[in-house]
Amino acid sequence: MSAFKDFDTTWVMVVDIDKCTGCGACMAACQTENNIAPQPDASNKLRTVSWMTVYELSNKMPFPDHDMAYLPRPCMQCGNPPCVSVCPVIATDKNENGGIVSQIYPRCIGCRYCVAACPYHARVFGWYDPVWPEGMQKTLTPLTSTRPRGVVEKCNFCHHRLNLAKDAARAQGKNPEDLEDGAYKPSCAEICPTGAISFGDAKNAKHKVHELIKSPNAFRLLERLGTKPQVYYYSKREWVRRQGDNYLKSEKV
Amino acid sequence: MEKKSGKAGGVGGFILLFLVGLVGSLIVGWVVFPSLLFSQKTQPIRFSHTVHAEQGMECEQCHYLTEDGQFMGLPSTESCADCHPDETGEDTPNGKEIDKFVNEYGKTGAQVPWLVYQYQPDNVFFSHSAHQGFQCTDSGCHPPVETMDAPPVYEENRITGYSKQTMKMWQCERCHAQMGTSNACYVCHK
Repeated sequence: MSAFKDFDTTWVMVVDIDKCTGCGACMAACQTENNIAPQPDASNKLRTVSWMTVYELSNKMPFPDHDMAYLPRPCMQCGNPPCVSVCPVIATDKNENGGIVSQIYPRCIGCRYCVAACPYHARVFGWYDPVWPEGMQKTLTPLTSTRPRGVVEKCNFCHHRLNLAKDAARAQGKNPEDLEDGAYKPSCAEICPTGAISFGDAKNAKHKVHELIKSPNAFRLLERLGTKPQVYYYSKREWVRRQGDNYLKSEKV
Repeated sequence: MEKKSGKAGGVGGFILLFLVGLVGSLIVGWVVFPSLLFSQKTQPIRFSHTVHAEQGMECEQCHYLTEDGQFMGLPSTESCADCHPDETGEDTPNGKEIDKFVNEYGKTGAQVPWLVYQYQPDNVFFSHSAHQGFQCTDSGCHPPVETMDAPPVYEENRITGYSKQTMKMWQCERCHAQMGTSNACYVCHK
């Protein structure tokens, strides 16, 4: 595995699981923002393309102690990405300030090593040609390139929005490498009706996420693998935090 | 008994054949194939940059950055029609070209399908606002159109559909490397 990569700017997402209602607006916003074509058979979950998936968590207790939660899962943009080191053609890399793991579709040969390497199931393979039914092509955006069948794709924190935010900062005479809090936000964070998704630069003390990730209630998924994800979750419920990794019964989370 | 040809003559013939083949392939590879590969297209309107520059117009009047830093590369039919609302009726080449614009686009409101020499593939994000410090033509990105009375010929690659003049990835990368700018994938790709 490659070494941990650190950057001056680290874009992180913090998802407050206690606020998430599982409505799926983030998934819908992601699909339209990133030109994900309507699926030929959306019921076949092994072959659907989804960059952002909401998982349902349960504490598996009988009534009246039963409790549940929802966990939206984008790409974790790992600090130590397992997908990057296995790519034989360097179609994916973590080399830009901000730490977003890039995926270059024309370079991808569709070997799917990265899909197997990702412990978060964040990467998906395009099994079908992207087809927009008559009229629906109007939803296409020029900001994201479409992917052909046979390549791997994944969430990139709506990277085009970062480029646009930098352009806007330049036009206003501001430093594009020091964006204000909220100047750059992925579409899922923008659409979330309960405001469960926060986004910002973890290295910038002026950004809200800088403090959020220091909370004892903040955790990351499978943290002990050492992947150092840039997506944090937040929950005051101990059973939710416990599901973030494989803990022994004796361990406190 | 059959007479064998001289050994030296056989080698000479082989070298001659080899040279003919070599020159032939070079001509095919350097001249014939490129001329077949690119089709030549002319702009829908023979727009003269010199005439407009002589009027004292600045480049930024038509090619400008918006407040949010996005580049408006081509002026709309409406902004051209601001100065050219009616036919000139002139018999000069320039007058006829203006009349062509007025009749075909100005009056119908259709946008002129300009051929853009620099259009990049779908997965490239190019930011003009990040490159404001460079001269448009002196840095080698755009042809010096302000000195051209007719737009250059647009050469389209018959296989890919891209313009021949489109900047190639190695050119972007070389300049980024020379300037000490990051060549990370997502700096330019989307």
